[in-house]
Amino acid sequence: MSKINLTIDHIQVSVDKGATILEAAKKLNIKIPTLCYHEDLCVAGNCRVCVVEQMGSDRLVPSCATPASEGMEILTNSLKVRNARKSVIELLVSEHRAECTRCYKNGVCELQHLSSEYLIGEDGLIDLVALKNYTIDYFSPSIIKDDSKCIRCQRCVRSCDQLQNIGALSVAYKGEKMKIASFFEKPMYEVVCTNCGQCVNRCPTGALIERNYIDEVWSAINNPQKHLVVQTAPAVRIALGEALGMESGNIVTGRMVAALRRLGFDSVLDTDFTADLTIIEEGNELLQRLKGALVDKDPEVKLPMTTSCSPGWIKYIEHMYPQLLPNVSTAKSPQQMFGALVKTYYANKIKVDPEDIVSVSIMPCTAKKYEANRPEMHSSGYKDVDLVLTTRELARMIEQAGIDFKALENEEFDSFMGVSSGAAVIFGATGGVMEAALRTAYEIVTGREVPFDGLNITPVRGMDEVKEAAIKIENPLPEWSFLDGVELKTCVAHGLANAKKVMDSVVNGKAQYHFIEIMACPGGCLGGGGQPIPTNMEIRKRRTEAIYREDEGMPIRKSHENPEVVKLYEEFLKKPLGHKSHELLHTTYTPRNRY
Amino acid sequence: MSEITNLVKSLADKHGRYQESLLPILQGVVEQHKYLSEEAMVEIARELDISAARVFGTASFYSFLNTRPMGKYIIRVCKTITCMMHGKNQIIQELEKSLKIKLGETTLDGKFTLLETNCLGQCHKGPAMLINDEPYTELNPEKVREIIQSIKLNDTSKTSNPDLN
Repeated sequence: MSKINLTIDHIQVSVDKGATILEAAKKLNIKIPTLCYHEDLCVAGNCRVCVVEQMGSDRLVPSCATPASEGMEILTNSLKVRNARKSVIELLVSEHRAECTRCYKNGVCELQHLSSEYLIGEDGLIDLVALKNYTIDYFSPSIIKDDSKCIRCQRCVRSCDQLQNIGALSVAYKGEKMKIASFFEKPMYEVVCTNCGQCVNRCPTGALIERNYIDEVWSAINNPQKHLVVQTAPAVRIALGEALGMESGNIVTGRMVAALRRLGFDSVLDTDFTADLTIIEEGNELLQRLKGALVDKDPEVKLPMTTSCSPGWIKYIEHMYPQLLPNVSTAKSPQQMFGALVKTYYANKIKVDPEDIVSVSIMPCTAKKYEANRPEMHSSGYKDVDLVLTTRELARMIEQAGIDFKALENEEFDSFMGVSSGAAVIFGATGGVMEAALRTAYEIVTGREVPFDGLNITPVRGMDEVKEAAIKIENPLPEWSFLDGVELKTCVAHGLANAKKVMDSVVNGKAQYHFIEIMACPGGCLGGGGQPIPTNMEIRKRRTEAIYREDEGMPIRKSHENPEVVKLYEEFLKKPLGHKSHELLHTTYTPRNRY
Repeated sequence: MSEITNLVKSLADKHGRYQESLLPILQGVVEQHKYLSEEAMVEIARELDISAARVFGTASFYSFLNTRPMGKYIIRVCKTITCMMHGKNQIIQELEKSLKIKLGETTLDGKFTLLETNCLGQCHKGPAMLINDEPYTELNPEKVREIIQSIKLNDTSKTSNPDLN
């Protein structure tokens, strides 16, 4: 590839043809401020904060949208550039409800950082917010949308369009009335929004934030009558450190457990336990469906079966492919299985009235907040999961409590419902549920381990948009003889834009899969909307490596070998897909409008 | 299938199911129904396989793509400076009086909607207004009364827009 030579701030640099000035500057470790730009999204070039001076040209150019060209001389910090940027920031702030000290994003707001860096004083431009008729949408249990803080950079619109291909948010109206709106400006919880939070993860201001439940959790912790149970999702332990000053890719499971105890949780348990349980239920459901379709030829049995752990995916399919809801596994997500068990089995085990249990979950996800609030999630007779916090909210609680996270000693999860396998940990990465399910289902059917080196089913791993893997079943146990010679076809997609490609191929009959894993967020849960900010491809890759490292390090690698899960079936559930399982661990779905 | 589903389908057959088909389809619906209902926009989104919010976003950008029910006759009075200086306020006052509605409202019988608009390009003949696609220029209150009267006389239909009730 031909190289382009240019100078930035009088320093020579050589970049590939097509690289932007911004990328060239990054190569020299020169930081150009940006707002509308995001590594994951296409270039918009609308905020003008990244303007730079090109020698010989009167106009300033946006560095994010201008390709480097041969012989270019760029100044990133001339007086002309600084003045222009300052004006741009002043203009943005004049339309932004800058009540920073009372804002949830205080301290982590990109606009605030820039205002501070460019010394935007009080005597700037007239505050236009007072003249605006803005809306704050508090109705969703997951996401708060506050138009008064929106600077119209459209990162959210591009996230929803490009990463998710949903377009729940769009640019509406024009001129001074232009705003980011849902369909007919309906509240977010009523529209096609899946609550995935990819927009929240990318919003540079406080215009889109998660609905936080931090104070509710503190109140519960400080109520002596309440027994606080906390569960932590697999993707939290490999990202929490980032929000507490550590590098990405660190595994902080032990420190996280220690911190949760210090915060005052009475039982510190692991969602990974019910991830293993999900595999048993969902794996058996798949085998049952295969039997129903291949042996009994039952037209009511739908294949391919899709996973059901990702609440963003569930809401998406309810809106966009309601006719395919019978294809979705009826198994609840690990979070909700956990919630249902905490207030039944676990309460009984620790001799606490379920009425007095407050069930909290720590999730990499904003959609989990919505999921916990679904009306069907009351199978214990109570709200199964009371409060859902994101990775970011937990990090904030740890900071609030004055805990020096890095200095904590590793601790272990409590037992019971704290033991898990490596198969559960990889739930946090795209392809993980598929891999975990195959490790178990293959062994149920054949009595042998999956034929992959070290149990690592690499074809379903990684960041490829859509991944396919086929496993041929040979010499099954007598009970499964109907599967002899069957090639089990699987497909994995992450990010709903990719999910749409797969589901369209299912609808038009082009694809013949048996089992499909879909995760709503790019990279799977590790790239979830509730994860530390920033999240981008580089960071997702490091988190992925950490997850597979954690899997390799686990003594148990297969869900069905989790001794606590085995015991749970002996003592309580009796058998997979049994009566108790149906009551507590399975659910139903609701067709929704397409807008 | 409802009437609107059929209309959207036939418009999509005519204009194609591409991104750039969106505007002609929106215009086609407005031509027939005077406005774009939620149902119509969802159908368009489904037909073109794009998001409903995007259909709404596009519709809301254009002043002539109404997103709420409108009367049979949409009166748009030019609000820009030349017509303003030629007395557009008196024109609006007269319209409000003879139609018994305020700016932005629709008459109870569903016949007239009164709106303001940006420049109609008739500055040399202001004040100007548009009734549906027909421009009226060099208006004065008396002329406005006559225009409204003649529309009322010529339009004896009783059918009011059911969406308004």
